[in-house]
Amino acid sequence: MLRVEHLVKVYPSGKKALQGCDLRVEGNDVLFIIGPSGSGKSTFIRCINRLVEPTEGQVYLDGVELTKLNRAQLRRQRRFMGMIFQEYNLVERLTVMENVLSGRLGYVSFMQAITRRFPQSDIDDAFQFLDRVGLAGYENQRADALSGGQRQRVGIARALIQHPKILLVDEPTSSLDPKTSRSIMRLVAELSKEHHLPAIINIHDVSLAQSFADRIVGLADGKIVFDGDPDKVNDATLNAIYGEEDWSKTIQRVEDDEENNNASAPRSSEAAS
Amino acid sequence: MSTPAPSVPGAGSPRHVWRRPQFVDNPWLRWGILLGLAAYLVYASTAVDMNLQRMLRGLPRAREFLALMFPPDFGRWELLSSGVLESLQMAVFSTAVGSLLSIPVAIGAASNVAPRPFYVLCRGWISISRTFPEVIIAIFFVKAFGFGPFAGVLTLTVATTGFLGKMLAEDIEDIDRGQVEAIEATGAGWGKTLLYGVFPQVMPRLVGLVVYQLDINLRESTIIGIVGAGGIGGALFNSFLRYEYDFSLAILLVIIGLVLVAEWASGEIRSRVT
Repeated sequence: MLRVEHLVKVYPSGKKALQGCDLRVEGNDVLFIIGPSGSGKSTFIRCINRLVEPTEGQVYLDGVELTKLNRAQLRRQRRFMGMIFQEYNLVERLTVMENVLSGRLGYVSFMQAITRRFPQSDIDDAFQFLDRVGLAGYENQRADALSGGQRQRVGIARALIQHPKILLVDEPTSSLDPKTSRSIMRLVAELSKEHHLPAIINIHDVSLAQSFADRIVGLADGKIVFDGDPDKVNDATLNAIYGEEDWSKTIQRVEDDEENNNASAPRSSEAAS
Repeated sequence: MSTPAPSVPGAGSPRHVWRRPQFVDNPWLRWGILLGLAAYLVYASTAVDMNLQRMLRGLPRAREFLALMFPPDFGRWELLSSGVLESLQMAVFSTAVGSLLSIPVAIGAASNVAPRPFYVLCRGWISISRTFPEVIIAIFFVKAFGFGPFAGVLTLTVATTGFLGKMLAEDIEDIDRGQVEAIEATGAGWGKTLLYGVFPQVMPRLVGLVVYQLDINLRESTIIGIVGAGGIGGALFNSFLRYEYDFSLAILLVIIGLVLVAEWASGEIRSRVT
């Protein structure tokens, strides 16, 4: 599925963000990457779809080596990787519908894009995804009129409408309140299962990662220092990832997660934020 | 962790003197610069021949001249209105064409979206077209293409690509990179990324700038007629030469009215676009 081999990124400033990372993702695993700020999480995820050009190493998606493609070939492959961003990165002045449909830009012609005449199947899809993320009826709102949680839901719909093979999710909840964070994270995890999509999710909230992860990868100083089941995460691994600290209050068992189950509908508290 | 000792006011420690850091540290240099500036100001005032006597002598003449202007003569309204209409046409047409042309120029001159060679080319064009004032460009086009509004329209179009191109390019360079990144991540190419990631971010500003540019071109179109590039400016200049000051005033009043209307309209429109 996704295979990353010896990924190295050195920024022009000389900063070594990634120092030889290897990773394999199969099936529809929800994989969380945890690590301190500056450990290279964001760089890692951006090197996969080459929003950041890796310095060394290979990335394969379904056997296609992404790292040796030219720009046009890369664009074709990017359609198969849906990305969700920390700051949502919606186009603020466009409507919710335009933002969702922009996920289809890799598939439609320039004329269709400029006239906003997307194929009917795309529009049907868009309505369906908006409904699924709990934003039915919001299609003509401008993106800048939405709350943070709602914006991220649009971001999720935009990624899904690409019909990707994998989701790349960069700190999706770090601008959100704890409750909205959980509902967004639950939504991503559910959709990953529904669509049989593996997801790679950067996060710095360890307990949130443990609640929803099938697998956790720890990144420290650009190196992968932990890779395993969420319940294998303990004081020692956290010390290895983040450095010495008292973790007794941080580590949380998965069974603690028993708040409401109707995950996806946006709650009024969230809409008002 | 040791807690810092609580500070007790006036407890023995020497008093700290604080002054705002000076813009220029070296006092010799600082006072030198100020002195130099003052000296130059004195020198400059001698060069422009500031002379109270001459000003006093000029005042009655100015009064005489103003008296000759009253009452304004709207008798030749046909000449007046055809000139004003020509100015208006020049302004509207050159703003429309110039704005369309300035969009590719602006894209090319924005370092964050333009390929390098294209960037140098567009920045160069902007610099050149902004180096010369409209009147100089107009003289050149009148020499090349003859008298009349065609030269004027060319002048204003060139000036528009320069000004609008520069302002819009700077706006494009200031856009939120994240929105562009998101569109790129969907597999959209350069053109579609411009369409969805860049244009929505600068559109309100573009509309505002175009309206502002129309305002500018309207004013300029009344001036460049002086060098023969069409519009009401030619009639204004001739009326001065023929000592028909009352007609001059009529033309000036119409121009002032036109500019006021344009300014009001442009302000109104720009305040409504967000």
